[in-house]
Parts: sequence; C-alpha cells; structure tokens
Amino acid sequence: MSVNLEEAAEHPAVAVDIETRPLGRDRTLKILFGILIFVVAIALPFVTKSFFVFQVTMVMIYAIAILGLNLLTGFNGQFSLGHAAFYAIGAYTAAILMDKAGISYVWTLPVAGIVCFVFGFLFGLPALRLEGIYLALATFALSVATPQILKLSPLEHWTGGVQGIVIMKPDAPFGLPLNQDQWLYFFTLIVTAIMFWMASNMLRSRTGRAMMAIRDNPIASRSMGVNNSLYKATTFGISATYTGIAGALGAIVVQFVAPDSFTVVLSIALLVGLVVGGVGWIPGAFFGGLFVLFVPNIAESISKGLSGAFYGLILMLLVFIMPTGVAGFLALIRHKVLRRGA
Amino acid sequence: MRDVAVRFGGIVALSGVSFDLPSQQINALIGPNGAGKTTLFNCLSRLYTPTSGDILFEGQSILSRPAHRIAEIGIGRTFQNLALFQNLSVLDNVRIGNHCRTRGDYISDALALPWSRSTEKEIDHKARQIIRYLDLQSVMHRRVGDLPFGTQKRVEMARALAADPKLLLLDEPAAGLNHGEVDELGDLIKHVRDDRKLTVLLVEHHMSLVMSISDTVVALNFGRKIAEGTPAEVQNNPDVIAAYLGTDQ
Repeated sequence: MSVNLEEAAEHPAVAVDIETRPLGRDRTLKILFGILIFVVAIALPFVTKSFFVFQVTMVMIYAIAILGLNLLTGFNGQFSLGHAAFYAIGAYTAAILMDKAGISYVWTLPVAGIVCFVFGFLFGLPALRLEGIYLALATFALSVATPQILKLSPLEHWTGGVQGIVIMKPDAPFGLPLNQDQWLYFFTLIVTAIMFWMASNMLRSRTGRAMMAIRDNPIASRSMGVNNSLYKATTFGISATYTGIAGALGAIVVQFVAPDSFTVVLSIALLVGLVVGGVGWIPGAFFGGLFVLFVPNIAESISKGLSGAFYGLILMLLVFIMPTGVAGFLALIRHKVLRRGA
Repeated sequence: MRDVAVRFGGIVALSGVSFDLPSQQINALIGPNGAGKTTLFNCLSRLYTPTSGDILFEGQSILSRPAHRIAEIGIGRTFQNLALFQNLSVLDNVRIGNHCRTRGDYISDALALPWSRSTEKEIDHKARQIIRYLDLQSVMHRRVGDLPFGTQKRVEMARALAADPKLLLLDEPAAGLNHGEVDELGDLIKHVRDDRKLTVLLVEHHMSLVMSISDTVVALNFGRKIAEGTPAEVQNNPDVIAAYLGTDQ
C-alpha cells in the first residue's frame, strides 16, 4: 500500500465541517440524494436475492467498524492496526451471551459496546505515550495476540476454542412479514443509521472539535483547555465501541464466530477500507465497507489462483486514481461541476 | 512571577526571573534570541514546569495546575509560529477557543441532547461575535490552513479571545507581518485591551511596536532579567543597549 498514513491523518480529505458550508443548490441536491438513498435502502431487500441482501448487510456492518476506526484515526489522529481485536471482542461478547446466557440478540449489542469501550479505553491509556507509527505497531500486536487468546484452553468453555460458537439466526419480531435475512438487513440498517447519526452529532459538537483539535495541534488544544489524555483515551474507547458493535452484529448475521475470522488481516482490511473511503469523512465508511466486502470477490472472479494479486492491482489503481479516497474524489468532482455552473 | 528558574539538563534557560504584571496594561518582554522569552511563556501556560520559583496569578500559584487547566483561570495565549488547527474552519478554530468555558460529554453530544444543543448555540454565538469583532466574517468558513499568514494571526488572536482571558500572552505577534499590518496590530492590541479589560504580555522583537504600545517593558538576556521599567527607561538602559548591540570587551 503506497499511502503515507501519517500524511493521510494530517491532511484529511474533507476538512471543513459540512454544517457551516454555504447553503444553496448543494442543499437541495443533498435532500434529493437522501430521499433516493432512503427509498433504495427500503426497497432493496424486496427486489434482490437473499445472498445479495446478506452482502449489503455485511457492507453496513463493515461501515460501522470502519467508522469506528475513522473516529480514532481520521478525526483524532491515532493509528490502529488492532481493530480486529475489538471486532472480535464484540463478536464473542454477542455470541457468548446468546449461546450461554440465552440473551436476546438485541441486548447483546449494547453489552458488546460497553465491554469494548472498557477494553478500548484501557488500551488507550498506555497508547497515550505512543505516536504515529509506534502506536500502529502496538495495536498490531493486539491484533496478532487476539486470535490465540481466543483459542486458549482455559477459555474454551466460553469461546468454544478453535471450533468457535454457532448461534441461531433470529426471526423477525412482531410477526413482520420478513424472512430472516430481510429482518437482519433492516435491523442492521436501523443500528447503522443510529450509529452514523450519533457520530455525526458528536463530530459537529464541542466533543468532536476537541478530538480534531488534538489531531491538528496537540499543544494548542491543551492551551485551549482540552484535556488531551482524557479525550484520546475516551476516543479510543468510543472507537472500540463502534467496531465492537459491528463485531456483534457480524456475529449475529454470520451466525458463527471463530478465532481465525479476526486475524490481523481483518485489521488491515478495515484500515484499507478507511483509506479508500476517505480519512476524516464520515460517509467514506460506506465506500470502505463496499471495498472490504466486494473487491476480494471481484478479484477472485477474475482469477482464482491470483486473487491476491488482482486485489492488490485494484487497490493500487484506486489509490492512484483517488489518492485521498472517495472523499477527495467526490470533492474534486463537486468542485469542477460547481465551477462549470458558475 | 517569582524567582522563576528553568533548566533543561545542564542548560539554564531562565534563572531567578521575577516581575509583576500590572493589570490591564500592555507589558512587553524583550531580549535577544535565546534570552528565555518563549521559555518564560511556556512556563506561564504550563507547557514547561519551572525547576524552581513560583508563578502567581491573582494571588494563586498556577504550578499545581496542568496545562489544560490554565485557560479556565483566564490565561490565554498565541504561539510564535502559529499553532492553529489547520484542517478546521476559522469558525471551528474560534469555537475551540471557548472549550474551557463550557462543559459537555461524548454521550450528550452524540445524542444531541437539549443541553448539548444549547451549549453549541452559546459557543456559536460567542465565536461569531469575536469573528465579527476581528473582522474575519469573510473567511469564517474557510479552512485555516488555506489562509494568508496575516489572517491566520488574527484567527489565533480570535481563538485566544474566545476563552475570555484576563491575561493574554502574545508570542511575537508581529513576526512575519509587513509595516502596515504591524501598525494595525498595535492598534488592535490596544483596542482589545481597552474593550476587554485585559492584561497583555507580549514577546516581541519589533522594537517600534513594543515602544509605541507598551506600558512597561521587561528585558531578558541569557535567562536573567536585565531591566524593567517604562519603554523609555528600558531603551536607555546600558545593559539593554549592550545586550542588543554587543559590548566592547
């Protein structure tokens, strides 16, 4: 990957907040676009095949996980190659609660969120002493360790060891006329909408500005009264919460957790999704999710034996065409169109 | 400022510097490069901890406070080489200046709860007021990093003012400005002091600015105070002249 991470975090593709931009034709377009997305999102599970519905559900789940990483890296300037660990903790929390305690899948999400917040916050404390590439290495270690810890025999009673845990797919509640895949799609859609709504509120407020201030200039942010340490550790916790809730949703949708689904490869996939979507741009997470889910499949359909090579090729092409991710690419197009219109 | 000393390893950056800042006056800190002016500033904003001595603000020692709790007692600052939040808009930079005057938490902000919204309104109102005051409306939504240097300096001033400081520390505000801009800056500093009833301490190399706006001047050299008084007194002090022009051995 030829992307300079430090540079990417220091120069987020979309910097100036959306809310304060001058309104006008842009706004009408935005509303129309919003309505279109809404209609497509509602209609999609009724007009496409079950497997595609499942795939789109997974795209949303990855989008939540990538959003979590974006809060940390894109908006707070901390790196992580360890987010597969939080995804795994979320997934296992959900699976164990459903399997051992018989708790409803709905309630596993907040629990997974809280558990991951605690882990993330605690990991964020020692991470305060590490910057940039060193933090990336420390979090990389977390990713490497997690699958092995999940396989440990003392934990096997809970985690199912190498076998993992199989869980049941939930039915649609209240007698809704939806099959399981359709229901999980809508359930995920609601959770995704809430998570993105909360993130966008947060980033537009005092809290989000403090996060971005730390990213841009930690010395100045301290002088403005921002408690850098507390914000950085809390952001780590929140980021882990997002990724953990995504993990829990993933476990419910896939109906299965196993240690080897959560290796460092997943961490890197999330980071790739982040960069492809656009560092520091909220909707970028969706494009990242699309990439994470579909590009490996596309690569495989081109050549089974060389799928990795084609994946690399597609990635390189994308980075070459859109060096600042989809975010920067769209901003560029918008700029060109607006200039032509003026 | 009482007997403040700072040592970095074996290097003495400041030794036994004491002076008072009369309130609502413009005080200047001068001295050749390496005299310890910025070190002193960093002690005042608690980015450095003095090796010995004490710094009192309104009768209270500030040394027990961490750097992020200095703004809330009313000490605001700007930086020598600009320390703005480059990727944020002017408006957001100024809003962050108000951080220490407001309260909030992740959850209320994420859920946009009523008190969070009203805090936002308050911050926004305040920020826009200061932006108008410093005549930055036309660039309010622009990314700070894209603005010319002189404008960025005004943004930094706006950000510092958004915290309602009682003591404003300006680290070389005139550096990099042209003649006309320096004159404007002098007027602005005086204007701000009068309007907002604040005490100003500025570090500055630009002597004509220092001499024209300061009420008192403190001169440092090699980490020691060599003179203190009105601009005229300091200007005629033989030690100051020697420090700036060199002495015949």
